Amino acid sequence: MPSKLIEKHLRTDRLPHIWCPGCGHGILMRDVCQAIDNLNLDKDMVTIVSGIGCSSRAAGYMNYNTLHTTHGRAIAFATGIKMAKPEMTVIVITGDGDAAAIGGNHLIHGCRRNIDLTIVVFNNNTYGMTGGQYSPTTPTGEKGTTAPYGNIDGAFDLPRLAKAAGATYTARGDCYHVPLTIKLIENGIKNHGFSFIDATSICPTYYGRKNKKGGPIDMMHWQEKNCISKTKADKLSKEELEDKLVIGEFYNEPKEEYTDLYQTIIDKVGGKRNV
Amino acid sequence: MATNRCRFKLLQGNEACVEGALAVGMRFYAGYPITPSTEIAERSSVRLPQLGGKFIQMEDEISSIAAALGASVAGVKSMTATSGPGFSLKQENIGYAAIAEIPIVIVDVQRSGPSTGLPTSPSQGDVMQAKWGTHGDHPTIAISPTSVQSTYNEIIRAFNLSERFRTPVIFLMDEVVGHMREGIELIPTEELEIIDRNEKMINGLPYAVGEREYIPHMPSFGTGSLYNITGLFHDDEGFPTNDNKMAHDEGLRLMKKIEVYKDDIIKYETIDTDDCDTLIVCYGGTMRAVLGAKERAKETGLKFGIFNPITIWPFPEEKLAELSKKIKNILVVEHNYGQILLTVQRIVKDNSNVHFLGKIDGTTISPDEIIKKLQEVNSNAQ
Ligand code: SF4
Repeated sequence: MPSKLIEKHLRTDRLPHIWCPGCGHGILMRDVCQAIDNLNLDKDMVTIVSGIGCSSRAAGYMNYNTLHTTHGRAIAFATGIKMAKPEMTVIVITGDGDAAAIGGNHLIHGCRRNIDLTIVVFNNNTYGMTGGQYSPTTPTGEKGTTAPYGNIDGAFDLPRLAKAAGATYTARGDCYHVPLTIKLIENGIKNHGFSFIDATSICPTYYGRKNKKGGPIDMMHWQEKNCISKTKADKLSKEELEDKLVIGEFYNEPKEEYTDLYQTIIDKVGGKRNV
Repeated sequence: MATNRCRFKLLQGNEACVEGALAVGMRFYAGYPITPSTEIAERSSVRLPQLGGKFIQMEDEISSIAAALGASVAGVKSMTATSGPGFSLKQENIGYAAIAEIPIVIVDVQRSGPSTGLPTSPSQGDVMQAKWGTHGDHPTIAISPTSVQSTYNEIIRAFNLSERFRTPVIFLMDEVVGHMREGIELIPTEELEIIDRNEKMINGLPYAVGEREYIPHMPSFGTGSLYNITGLFHDDEGFPTNDNKMAHDEGLRLMKKIEVYKDDIIKYETIDTDDCDTLIVCYGGTMRAVLGAKERAKETGLKFGIFNPITIWPFPEEKLAELSKKIKNILVVEHNYGQILLTVQRIVKDNSNVHFLGKIDGTTISPDEIIKKLQEVNSNAQ
C-alpha cells in the first residue's frame, strides 16, 4: 500500500519506477513531492520539467503537469512555461550531466535572469543512464567508464556556480538528511526567483561500483557521516573539510524576478495598438 | 477611412512575418540574434508587449526553440526564427515537437552556407534540411513565401496548420524575401480564418485520437488535466513505452496525420501552364527572377509556364506529375546546388526532360541567367 503522500502525488499505476534498487533518486523524488505537499500547492498549477538521464525519468511518475524534454534543455523549456504562465510553480528536475554539462549554458543564464524556477539537481556524480561515464561533478581522481585511469577534470561546486551566475537561492541536500532536504526544496520553491538545490544522490550501480564505495547502504552511511552543516563547516579548516560534503542553505537573497520585470514592460507599453 | 489607411504598409519581409504572426495570435517569441533573420526578433521585442505578449532573447538557438515549446505547452502560440547555422542547432527540438505534438512555427531565413558561409548572402540551401534535418522518421510541413505579401499571408497559414495538426511548421524564407521591401495589405485579425488547437481530450486521454482521426487533443498545462509529455514514444497518457507495436502505431499516426490531410496542407501556384512546352519549377525569393524573365517574354519570345510549390513539404506531387505528362522540358530554378531538383526528378520520371539552374556563390539568380538557360534548353530540344 503506498503512503498517502505517494497516493496523492505520484502516478502509482506507473510504479515500480525504472531506477536500480538502492538508487537515491526515489528518495529525492519523494522529497520534492513532500515539499509541494507541505506548501499546499494546487497540483494543477505545478509543472515539473525534466531533461534526459536517470534523474529526468522522475517527471513521468509525478502527478502534476509533467514535461520530459531533451538533454540539457529543461531550464529553457521551463523558462517558456514560466513566461507564458507566471502563476505556475515550475520545478526543474535534472541531473549533473544534464544541468551542468550539456545544459550548463541554460543553467547560468536562468540564474542570471532570476526567473522564478526551482532547480533540483539529482546529482549522482556520473552519467548513470549511459553506464557510468565521468560527469562535471565526478570528483577529480575518481573513475568512470570514460575515465578508466581516474578523472583529471576538476569538479563543479554547483551551488557556488549558481550563486556566482545570479541565483537568489542556493542550497545542497542529500539522500540521508531527508527532513533537511525537503525543507531546502520548500524554501527554494518559496523564493520568488531562481532557486538552485544540489541534491546529492547515490548511484550504487555505476559511480559506487566503479569507485569501490560499497553498496547502497554504505553510500547512505557515507552521507550520514560526511555531510556536515554549513554552520559546522564554517568552523573547520580546509584540511578538516577534505572528505566532507557541506549541506544546508548557502544563499538566500531575493531580488526582482524576471517575469515581474517583464510585466512592468507590458504595463508600460500595453494597449498601444499599432494596427 | 483611417482603418483602411493603416491596412497598407511598406514593410520588409521579416517585419511582415512578425505582423502576420501577431495577427493570427502569436503571443510568445524566443530567439537569438542571427543575420539575416534578426529583424524578426527585433520587431517581436517591440510589438509583443504592446499586445500583452512576451518576448525573450535566449542564450542560444537551442534554448530559443525550447522556450517557445515551453510556452506552447502552456497554451500560447509561439514562434522562433533563425537562419542557416541556427536552423541546424534547432533540429533536435524540432523532432521533439514532432513526437510530443507541440504546435510551433520555426522561421528559417535561409542564407548562404555551409557553416558561417556567406552570412549576409541569399541562398535556398536549407530545403532538404527542412525535411530531413532532425533525426528519425517524422512528419514535415514547410512553407516557402515568395514576397512580402505572401510572407504575411503564409505565416498565418503556417500557424493555422501547426495548431490544427499539432506539429512543427517550418517557415522557409530566404534572405531575398526577408529583406525585400514592399507595400502590403495587412489583413486584420477579425477578417482572418484562425484555427486554434483542439483541447477536448478523448476519453480523458491526452494523446488519444478519435476513430479514423490522427490528431490528439491534449489540453494546455494549467487547465486541470495532469499528464506527461515526453520525447520518448508514449501511450495515450503520454507515458513512455518500449513496446514496439505501440511505437510503430504512433510513428505511423504521426506520418499519416500529414499524409491523409495533405490536400489541406498543399498549396501551389501555376502561371501559364495550360499550353506550354517548358515549365519552370521555382519557389521562394527566386520566383522574383523567374517573374522578371516572364515579363520580358515578348522581347525574348520565350514562352514558359511556372509551377510554384508554396507548401514545399509535403511537395505538391500530384499536380507536378500531371503537368509533366504534357510538358517537354522542366527547368528547376533554385538557389542551391540542386535540392528540390531531386524531388522533381523523382516525380517527373521520364515524362519530361528535367534541367537545372542554380548557384552557390551567394549572388542571386538573375532574369538574364534564366533567359539564357531557357534559350539553351530550347536549342537543345530542337
Ligand atoms: S544508474 Fe545509478 S542513477 Fe541511474 S538508476 Fe541506476 S543507480 Fe540510479
